[in-house]
Amino acid sequence: MKERVRLMNYQQYLLPVLLLPLACFLLLGLFGKKHLKNASGVIGTASMFAVTIISVLVAGRYFFADGKVDGVYQHLIAYKYNWLAFSPTLSIDMGAIVDPISMMMIVVVSFISLMVHIFSLGYMKGEERFTTYYAYLSLFTFSMLGLVLSSNIFQMYIFWELVGVSSFLLIGFYYNKPSAVVASKKAFMVTRFADFGFLIGILVLSFYGGTLDFNALIQRLTAPQSGEFVSITTASFLGISMLTWGLCLVFVGGAGKSAMFPLHIWLPDAMEGPTPVSALIHAATMVVAGVYLVARLFPVFAIDVPALQIVTWVGAISALVAAIIACTQTDIKRVLAYSTMSQIGYMMFALGISRYGGENGLGYTASLFHLFTHAFFKSLLFLGAGVIIHFVHSNDLKDMGGLRKLMPVTHIAFLVACLAIAGVPPFAGFFSKEEILTASFHSNKIIYAIALFTAVLTAFYMFRLYFSIFWRKEATVHGTHNADGTASMKIPLIVLMICSVGAGLVPITKMVTSDGVPLETHMDVLFSLVPIVLVLFAIFFAARMYKKENGSAGKMAVAFGSFYKAATKKFYVDEIYLFITRKVIFNLIGRPAAWIDRNIIDAFVNGVAATTARISGLIKGLQSGKVQTYALYFFSGIAGLAVLFIYLWK
Amino acid sequence: MWTDFLILMKQEMAVIAMIFILLFMKLGRDRSNESFMNTMNVLLLLNLILGFVFNHEGILFNEMFRTSRLIAFEKNILNLAMLIISLQSYSWLKTNKHVPEFYILMLSSLLGMFFMISSGNLLMFYLGLEMSTIPLAAAANFDLTKRRSSEGAMKLIFSSAFSSACLLFGISMLYGTTGTLVFSELPHLINNNPLQLFAFILIIAGFAFKISVVPFHLWTADVYEGAPVAVTSFLSVVSKGAVLFAFVSVLYTVFSPLAKVWYNMLFILSLLTIITGNLFAIRQENFKRFLAFSSIAQVGFILVGISRSSDISTTSVIYFVLIYVFSNLAAFGVVSLVTAVTGKENISDYKGFYKTNPGLSWVLTIALFSLAGVPPTAGFFGKFFLLIAGAGKGNYVLISIAAVNIVISLYYYLRVVKAIFMDANPTPLPSIRTPLMPKLAFIVCVAGAVTIGVVSPVYDYIYSLIVLR
Repeated sequence: MKERVRLMNYQQYLLPVLLLPLACFLLLGLFGKKHLKNASGVIGTASMFAVTIISVLVAGRYFFADGKVDGVYQHLIAYKYNWLAFSPTLSIDMGAIVDPISMMMIVVVSFISLMVHIFSLGYMKGEERFTTYYAYLSLFTFSMLGLVLSSNIFQMYIFWELVGVSSFLLIGFYYNKPSAVVASKKAFMVTRFADFGFLIGILVLSFYGGTLDFNALIQRLTAPQSGEFVSITTASFLGISMLTWGLCLVFVGGAGKSAMFPLHIWLPDAMEGPTPVSALIHAATMVVAGVYLVARLFPVFAIDVPALQIVTWVGAISALVAAIIACTQTDIKRVLAYSTMSQIGYMMFALGISRYGGENGLGYTASLFHLFTHAFFKSLLFLGAGVIIHFVHSNDLKDMGGLRKLMPVTHIAFLVACLAIAGVPPFAGFFSKEEILTASFHSNKIIYAIALFTAVLTAFYMFRLYFSIFWRKEATVHGTHNADGTASMKIPLIVLMICSVGAGLVPITKMVTSDGVPLETHMDVLFSLVPIVLVLFAIFFAARMYKKENGSAGKMAVAFGSFYKAATKKFYVDEIYLFITRKVIFNLIGRPAAWIDRNIIDAFVNGVAATTARISGLIKGLQSGKVQTYALYFFSGIAGLAVLFIYLWK
Repeated sequence: MWTDFLILMKQEMAVIAMIFILLFMKLGRDRSNESFMNTMNVLLLLNLILGFVFNHEGILFNEMFRTSRLIAFEKNILNLAMLIISLQSYSWLKTNKHVPEFYILMLSSLLGMFFMISSGNLLMFYLGLEMSTIPLAAAANFDLTKRRSSEGAMKLIFSSAFSSACLLFGISMLYGTTGTLVFSELPHLINNNPLQLFAFILIIAGFAFKISVVPFHLWTADVYEGAPVAVTSFLSVVSKGAVLFAFVSVLYTVFSPLAKVWYNMLFILSLLTIITGNLFAIRQENFKRFLAFSSIAQVGFILVGISRSSDISTTSVIYFVLIYVFSNLAAFGVVSLVTAVTGKENISDYKGFYKTNPGLSWVLTIALFSLAGVPPTAGFFGKFFLLIAGAGKGNYVLISIAAVNIVISLYYYLRVVKAIFMDANPTPLPSIRTPLMPKLAFIVCVAGAVTIGVVSPVYDYIYSLIVLR
């Protein structure tokens, strides 16, 4: 009885969490432009505020009051509607799952979204499509919350695509800007391409698992005696078991959304969207959906080591490559974009090296811990960058410098965020990164080395950014007050700054673990000392090079020579894609298709016009050939099928 | 007993009644186009409502004609599409001198389709098929002053004569080897002998021609481009839908002994169709041609769903056709309106369309998104269900290629959306006033394209009809 009361309460809370943003989107989208022009921002923010409060309350109740039974966090289903009975054995339910990761995520998503809503009040003020902007933000928040609460893999896929749609709309928000249009299309296409992997993965898993429900799927595919488990592990394609195929395909979807190498090419371009949007979607929430997806299916991943290996190496390579590229970029938002990619790579490989349960699950916990802290400091960095761009009217580092006195609030906030991402104690990033390093040290030394090196690089490029923006030279503009922006822009910065300091103290390790049992972690001072010293050294090095304008940065570039050049060009990944699409696909597939098109279809149309003119007489013109060609094709079709199926393929 | 046949054939009777009403109206005093169109729209609406009540199961004329609640529902989908097309062609028909003839042709074709879907005998099936095709060839020629229109009509009649001949050849061979043409008797007599296989291939080719499956599709683009938009949308939605319904039932009942053969055959044909349709759609400049090729690709996806015989496949196909009615007709409706008012048909003409026609732009965008399968539009669910229906052991290659092609199709649909919203154009199309009738049609289409996917009872209803059968 008590159980039922509790579940009903969750439904009561979680439905508004989803429905408020949706209602807000419909309200602003349908009526906003005409009637609510000025109030739209306030309406959006107010509804988001309510959503945040409810989310925090629900999560608080779950974590501290009734989520735990006998010391283990439960997977509850808040509500579940049988949405569609696909066939007698396979039905699709729409529900909400209540477990540690979903609760953590709704807090993160709603909180960051609220901050962005508030920030945009000032940042987007005077924008012609202000209302549309808030409508899109609501749509995104709705989809993202729906994604994290999904209790069913198909439901998640719907929201997954919806998140992609809203991201597409928001990246292309400045639709008069050609680069924004191109970027939005690129982002949509690349992630959609990755989603096809996800789709096939869903089909494979559901075909063998016989269900689309997460809990049931996990239960069936992790029990070694179950018929589903036996059939999926014994069936194989190209010598790889179907379980591995299914998981890897699902991971392809996750990698696309989370901008993992080599599907990351859309993320830097996505920075064409408004900066607060980058903070929300491309830093804190949507891009971690891939991590969330792997975490959601983690029990299944954990029994399939090859799939986890792939997750590990894709994550590690992304972390490293992105960090190297970030060192060379001069566009402030692009640096942040690559750093996002690098940090998500961190989360990915932490998941990859983890195993299920107890101490072995440290990587899992660490990954989600890092997701949690990263959301705060990365959105802070983006919002800070937003203030700077708003003031300087440029994204380029060379237009900045010496801004520390002009914008004291932003300066402090940015500094805190940089310290947090670099992993300097006692800021938030230190704790989560420490966990990841510990976990990787215990499972794979090579990964540990990559992680450590990436951490050092991270500190270096973040402080390169910091010193280039705020120090380096004296500001050229003087006496401008209000460089920090309006109060609505300052408040989120200050709140997020406090979070970036404090988030590391939230006992995520006790709350979010692979098997629901709280994990006892202990800090090893000696172990932590190595990364801290290296990171401090990197910061010092960055300060030497970038605090004052001198030639040392250029000398460095020269010293690294072609490597530096390759990194500036993002290792030519974009060029490789262009080469493959333009040269290979166009020549091998497009050209012949074009040839057929030109010589058969087009030539036919033109031919008809020409012949009709010449022979003057439509019937004659038609008889002169081409319907016969059609008949010929028709007949060869029949003949081909006949030969194939009567003689060859019996 | 005669009441039995009135009730069982009520949908056919209703169509015949409409044809007679039109004839009498035409014979009487001169009437304005408006009065014809209004009468027809009201009658079509009544016809649609009638289709949902008093549906019984039954067999008539020695199994020549059979009906069930599922068949009645399928006919109703076609009725709905017919109504939407009628509403949408308002602007085009307003100035046309031959309104009654247009309706008579369309309704005759519809009647043929009804008989085809209801047939329980291959002869009846053939009769229905012919009855639906010949009026369409005349209708394709309806732009009497345009050469393209006549050209399209000629091509349609020639190619369909060819395909009918093949179909008939196949049917006669089947008769020769089995001695019967009744659906319920054929499955027991069909085995893998080569003559029957060849007959089967000929019959498949006849179907494939109608639903434009590659390589039997070549007529499609020319006819679609030449015919008036109303006829094009009829061809691409109603005609295709009807043949698909008949195809599914013939394939799953009559040819069930050959399941292994047609599975492989559909595998090849669907891949050919999807890939060819997509590759050609990418390059098209003419909007109608573009929709023609994109609809070829759509049929390829339907074949993926059909390839595995099951209740789920049948449901998914009918469900997809329903969604396709809404999304494709919305797209054709906008094109029809724009063509009727401005005479422009190219995709590049639509650059900056949003600036002048925001409402129509949204209709078109939702339609294209639904065709591309972007959630939350219904097309997303339709495609997903088709893929699930087609997925099974060992055909990951097919499913993967189909899924990749969904992405490719997204590319060219987005290209149009981009032209509408983002491309600058100094001389965009003028602002177009939408008359009431097309507006109603757009509202129905958009509502359908947005809600059918999310509202699960629709799928459940179709599924229940099939399980009942």
